[in-house]
Amino acid sequence: MSDQSIDATTAAAGADDNAGSRSTGRRWTEPTFDRGRTGMACFLATEGVFFSTLILSYAIYIGQSKTGPTPREALSLPLVIGTSACLLSSSLTIIGAHRGLRRGNLRRFFVLLGSTMLLGALFLAGTSYEWWDLIVNKHLLPGTNLFGTTFYTLVGFHAFHVTMGIIAMAILLAVVARGWISQKNPKAVELVSWYWHLVDGVWVVIFTVVYVISR
Amino acid sequence: MSAAEPSIEAADSSYPTLLTWLSTVDHKRIGILYLVASLWFFIQGGIESLVIRAQLWAPRAELVSPEVYNQVYTMHGTTMIFLVVMPMLLGFGNYMLPLMIGARDMAFPRLNALSFWLFFLGGSLLYFSFLTGHAPDVGWFAYAPLTSKAFSRNLGTDYWILGLLVSGIGTVGAGVNLITTTLSMRAPGMTIGKMPLFVWMLLFNAGLILFAFPPLTAAQAMLLLDRNIGTHFFEAQHGGMALLWQHLFWFFGHPEVYIMVLPAFGMVSEIVPVFSRKVIFGYESVAAATVAIAFISMGVWAHHMFAVGMSRWLDMFFSGASFLIAVPTGIKIFNWIATMYGGKLWFATPMLFVTGFIAMFVIGGLTGIILATVPVDLQVTDSYFVVAHFHYVLFGGSMFAIMGAFYYWYPKMTGRMMSERLGRWHFVLMMIGFNLAFFPMHIAGVLGMPRRVYTYSPGAGWTIWNQLSTAGAFVLLVAFVLFFVNLIMSYWRGRVAGNDPWDAWTLEWATTSPPASYNFEQIPIVRSRRPLWDLKHPEDPDWKHE
Repeated sequence: MSDQSIDATTAAAGADDNAGSRSTGRRWTEPTFDRGRTGMACFLATEGVFFSTLILSYAIYIGQSKTGPTPREALSLPLVIGTSACLLSSSLTIIGAHRGLRRGNLRRFFVLLGSTMLLGALFLAGTSYEWWDLIVNKHLLPGTNLFGTTFYTLVGFHAFHVTMGIIAMAILLAVVARGWISQKNPKAVELVSWYWHLVDGVWVVIFTVVYVISR
Repeated sequence: MSAAEPSIEAADSSYPTLLTWLSTVDHKRIGILYLVASLWFFIQGGIESLVIRAQLWAPRAELVSPEVYNQVYTMHGTTMIFLVVMPMLLGFGNYMLPLMIGARDMAFPRLNALSFWLFFLGGSLLYFSFLTGHAPDVGWFAYAPLTSKAFSRNLGTDYWILGLLVSGIGTVGAGVNLITTTLSMRAPGMTIGKMPLFVWMLLFNAGLILFAFPPLTAAQAMLLLDRNIGTHFFEAQHGGMALLWQHLFWFFGHPEVYIMVLPAFGMVSEIVPVFSRKVIFGYESVAAATVAIAFISMGVWAHHMFAVGMSRWLDMFFSGASFLIAVPTGIKIFNWIATMYGGKLWFATPMLFVTGFIAMFVIGGLTGIILATVPVDLQVTDSYFVVAHFHYVLFGGSMFAIMGAFYYWYPKMTGRMMSERLGRWHFVLMMIGFNLAFFPMHIAGVLGMPRRVYTYSPGAGWTIWNQLSTAGAFVLLVAFVLFFVNLIMSYWRGRVAGNDPWDAWTLEWATTSPPASYNFEQIPIVRSRRPLWDLKHPEDPDWKHE
């Protein structure tokens, strides 16, 4: 069903049209929509709106906290630059993994998808360390002030999405190892990579708003 | 088409058991599950409305306690919006959309089942709160700071959040599915410009779901954190803003209004042409008006918030945008009336409800314009005038269209017609009861009666208007009892419908009633907006004229 050829049928219908019919001359070829890609794009749109809401809530509360610590006192830039580098480079490795699978190079796929998961895990480890430091040393809890409220909510929901991405990749590893997904049907890998790119893109905005603007 | 009348059993020979219904991924069964579940919630929401009306029958009445009254109106609003109107529209969408576009199922059948069960789980979770003794009591829009732990100490608000979070995720899943199905599963030849208008409306409805629900989900997550781990999103004493909740809620809430009415417009756009025996007047303008409504509806949310005192410029912007949205809506009204004009009108029950829809919706639309005018809104905000307005839109609008859709598509879903006689009684009583219940609310509102009020004093001058409303509510009860009797009895006793009892033109009527699990033996090839007309009239097909 998904590979229907609309062009052919509209062309056939067009051949029967009367010369004077209103519709002649304004036919256009409609794009064909792939099921998986369309569904994923819709899902990612909702994710984008969800994160926009959280980021907006963070942004309007910048500088509104009644007590400290402020973002400037609490957040450490070197650590987060390191974790961001991990996360952003993992977008490249997952592209490589997808390409590897498409070309039938399973070794490359496993190595690069494994590295993507590792980089994601490093990001999460960095975030965990950051949170531990914030809670134990800087005494910032979600209820401490508005900064804590919005920071933990925003970064926490993002970290949750990173975790989900790593789980999705673990499933991909398993199904490719079983041979259920291969060079012939690599679309699932592509769709997970779309999700991963969104998680990365959202992080770029979070980084800018939380670690640059509000700091 | 003149083959022997098909028997109902011929379509599906497998014996349905409970397990096949619980585990089904067939869009038609899921559609029916949606409808049955939403009718179940409709009974509960209806009973709640009767409790409200009974309590307001006399001044200083104490039929229920104020605490229970708060729970009842909160649950009435939440139920009717999230668990009745929306899932009913999704149910018809689920059942009809693949049939109308000539597909064998939705794009993601398992996601479809998941969406339904999430909705049902969320609704059940919400109603479970009654068993704990603490149903939500903060109003359907749950304004901060009333929802904070300090003012709402029991678990009712948490049930409200979690129930709607869960069912909201299901709704988003349904939105993803509707868009993907519409875009990627159409039969050969069914271009975007040949889709039935119900499909058009569902497509943009689903788009609104994708953009409107995530802000609500995020806001509810924030509220859950505020209440349970001590964050301060909406708590003023720590610098948080109660107003943020209002913005986020209505950013969802106003598109939600159109989520609940666009598919109803679609139903009307299907039923009016069939019962006027004419093609829809201005197909393109109906579709374009849908697009315009969808876009403008994302920019009108703060007209719910004039009373909080925003800047004058914001008031002007949101007021102007709200006036603007009346234009595409008005275009549709003209399209439907122009379709009827000069048509060979056939007032079967679906058409009765649809004409009722047009009349009632116009009244609701006009009071909407009144309310979008800032100075007037400031006078009647949060009064029964507002209650009257949105019931004319949601009940007089969406509910009338949905009732029309039940009578229109029941034969397709079950293979049997609903009783016309009972249907006419249902329509007449519903029309009388509806206007009796809701028109006096305009007057009570202008006289100053606030909404959600538990009771009122005898000297306020509201007694007669409340008694008329209560009388109307019980007329509506009779009307809906007739509807349920009709719905159940016709399943066994109704006249066998055949494939195409209304002599309609869209593809769902091209297959058996009820359709086989695979919908179509052969995927139809579409060449016009009325593919079934082309099949029935090979000597004068539509594609020669379109």
